[in-house]
Amino acid sequence: MNKTFDNRAWFLVLPVLLLVAFSAVIPLMTVVNYSVQDTFGNNEFFWAGTDWFVDTLTSDRFHAALLRNLAFSAVILAIEVPLGILVALAMPKKGVWVSVCLVLMALPLLIPWNVVGTIWQVFGRTDIGLLGRTLASLGLDYNYVQDPVDAWVTLIVMDVWHWTSLVVLLCYAGLVSIPDAYYQAAKIDGASRWAVFRFIQLPKMGRVLLIAVLLRFMDSFMIYTEPFVVTGGGPGNTTTFLSIDLVKMAVGQFDLGPAAAMSLIYFLIILLMSWVFYTVMTNAGTDRANREGAQ
Amino acid sequence: MLDFSWMAWTWPTVAFFLTIAALIAAMGVWEWASPGGAPRFGILRFQTTRGDRLFLSLLGSAFICLGWLWLTEVPLAYALGVCVLYAILVFRLV
Amino acid sequence: MTTTDIGARTGADALPPALHSEAAIKARTRQASGRFRPKALIPILYIVFLLLPIYWLVNMSFKTNTEILSSFTLIPANPTLRNYEVIFTDPSWYMGYVNSIIYVVMNMVISVAVALPAAYAFSRYRFLGDKHLFFWLLTNRMAPPAVFALPFFQLYSAFGLIDTHIAVALAHCLFNVPLAVWILEGFMSGVPKEIDETAYIDGYSFPRFFFKIFMPLIASGIGVAAFFCFMFSWVELLIARTLTVTDAKPISAIMTRTVSASGMDWGVLAAAGVLTIIPGAIVIWFVRNYIAKGFALGRV
Repeated sequence: MNKTFDNRAWFLVLPVLLLVAFSAVIPLMTVVNYSVQDTFGNNEFFWAGTDWFVDTLTSDRFHAALLRNLAFSAVILAIEVPLGILVALAMPKKGVWVSVCLVLMALPLLIPWNVVGTIWQVFGRTDIGLLGRTLASLGLDYNYVQDPVDAWVTLIVMDVWHWTSLVVLLCYAGLVSIPDAYYQAAKIDGASRWAVFRFIQLPKMGRVLLIAVLLRFMDSFMIYTEPFVVTGGGPGNTTTFLSIDLVKMAVGQFDLGPAAAMSLIYFLIILLMSWVFYTVMTNAGTDRANREGAQ
Repeated sequence: MLDFSWMAWTWPTVAFFLTIAALIAAMGVWEWASPGGAPRFGILRFQTTRGDRLFLSLLGSAFICLGWLWLTEVPLAYALGVCVLYAILVFRLV
Repeated sequence: MTTTDIGARTGADALPPALHSEAAIKARTRQASGRFRPKALIPILYIVFLLLPIYWLVNMSFKTNTEILSSFTLIPANPTLRNYEVIFTDPSWYMGYVNSIIYVVMNMVISVAVALPAAYAFSRYRFLGDKHLFFWLLTNRMAPPAVFALPFFQLYSAFGLIDTHIAVALAHCLFNVPLAVWILEGFMSGVPKEIDETAYIDGYSFPRFFFKIFMPLIASGIGVAAFFCFMFSWVELLIARTLTVTDAKPISAIMTRTVSASGMDWGVLAAAGVLTIIPGAIVIWFVRNYIAKGFALGRV
C-alpha cells in the first residue's frame, strides 16, 4: 500500500506515546539513575559511579545465570523447531480436523504461565503426579526437586509442552499458503518427499519460521514464571535464570543498585536482539521482493 | 505537587539523557532539512537510514562501555573515545 | 485427487504389463482405505502429549485430598465438587478471579482504545520517525517484565497506586499496547485505502468515518486484538504480583502463595488452575484462525 506522508499522523500516535512513555521511559530512566548510586533506604542516594556494573559484569553469579539462560534457549530451540515443523507437516490440510487440531494445540498457549508451572509441578511429583509416579514405577530415580538434571529435563519438557504449538501454528500458516500447483509440479517432476520439503515447503515457511525462532528465543530468554513455580530456581541455583535472579535481587532483597545495573545489562542484550528481530522481520519480505524483481 | 525524589536524579544521568534527547532532536532537524533519511545499502547488506545508524552507534557504544568495564581497569572516559570512533565508522560504512 | 491419479498412472505405465493391474489395484485400495494414514499419528501423539498434563489437573480437581495422596487413580473414584465449592465460597479465593478480571478488562479497554488511532496512523501514513517508533514499541513487547518489576513498584508507590487494579492495568499496557497496535495494523492494512478516500469525498469527517465505516470493517481485528490483550494480561504473574498486596491480588498470585503454604490443599489448587484455563478455552474456537497472527504480532 502506498502511504501518504503526513506528519499530522503524530496526533493519532500521541495517546500510545504518552502511555508507553509513562510505563516504559520513566521506569527505564529510574533504573539508569539507580544503577550509578547506592542507597540505604529513605530515598537517600550516594554516588557509586560504575561500581555496580563492574561488580555485575565480573560476578560469577551473573555469568552463570546468563549461561544457563543461553543454554536453556538453545536446547528448547533445538527441540521445538524441528518438532514443530514435523507436526505442522503432518497436520491435515483441510476438513473439520484442521479446526480440532488448531484448537487443541493452541490450548497450552492460553494457560496462565503460573498454572503451566503448577500443572507440571503436580504432574512430575513422584507421590501424586502421573508422570512422576509412572517413572518411579518404571524404576527410574526421578526427582525434580533434588536432582539438577531432572529439574532441567522437567523445565525443558514443560517449555516444549507449552510453546511448541506456537511453532506448529506459525509453520502451518506458512504451509497452507503454498498453492497446490507447486505440489503438482513437483509430482510431475517426480520429486522425492525430501526434495518437496527442501525446495518448496522450507522456503515458503522461511519467513514464519524465522519469526517463530526469534519469538521463542526472546521469550525463553526472559522466562520467569514457569521455572519459578516448578523449581523456584533450585535445586541450589541450578535453574536460576536471569529473570529469577534479578527478581530475587530487586524485589526480594531490594538491592536497588546491583539490581538496576543487572537490569540494564539484561535490557541492552534484549534491545540488541529486538533490533535483529525487527531488521530480519522487515527485511525478509523486501529482500525476497528485490530478488524476484531483479530476476 | 508530585514527588520525584524516588527517581533519584543525579547530574551525570541528567546529562546523559539530555544528550540522547538532543541527539534525537538533532536527527529530527536533519530529517526536516533533508528528508528521506539517506537510505543506502552498507556493509550489513540491508537498507539503513540515518536513524538506524544513530541507533546502531548508541547501542554499540553501550556494549563497548560494558566490555570496557568488564575487561579493563582503565577509566571509562577512554572508552568514550572508542565509542566516538565506532560511531564515525557506523555512519561511514553501515 | 487428480494429481494422485496422474501420479499413479505415470508410475504404473513404467511398470511391466503384468504388474500393471496389480499396481493399479494396490493404488486403489490405498485410496479406499486412505482414511487413516500413518502420518496422522504424529499430530495425534503430539495432542495426547499436550492433553495428558491438563487431564491430570482436571482429574485431580475432582478428587478429595485423601484420594490424591493415598491412592493413584486415573479417574476419580468418588467424584467430588468440594474443591470448586471451596473456591466459590471463600472470598480470599474467588476475589482473586474478580481482581484478575477487573484489571484484565481495564487493560483490554485501555490498550485497544489507544491502539486504534495509532494503528490507523501506521497503516495509512508515513511520518517522521515512524519506523523507529514502531521498533520502540516492539522493544517494549520484548522487554523482560523482571527488568520493570522494581521501577514499576517505585513508580506506582510514588503515585500511591500500589494494590489498585488500575496500577496493574497500566503496567500491563507496557506489552499489550504494542501488541494491539501490531495486530490492528495488520488488519487495517488489509482494508483498501480507496474506502477512506471515498468516504472523505462523500463528506465524512475523520471521527465519523472512523467509527461508522472503518471500525465495522475491522471488527474481527478488534476482537482478535482484544482477545490477545486479555490473554497476555491474564497469564502474566510477575508484575501483577509485585504491584498488589491484598485488595487487588490476582488469582495467579494467590495460587503461588498456596504452593508455599504447609499442608497443601492439592485438590483446591487443581480446581483453581482449571478455572483459570476456562476463559481461554471458551474463546479459543472463535479465534482459532488468528492465533498464529496474534502471537507473531500480526506478521503472518
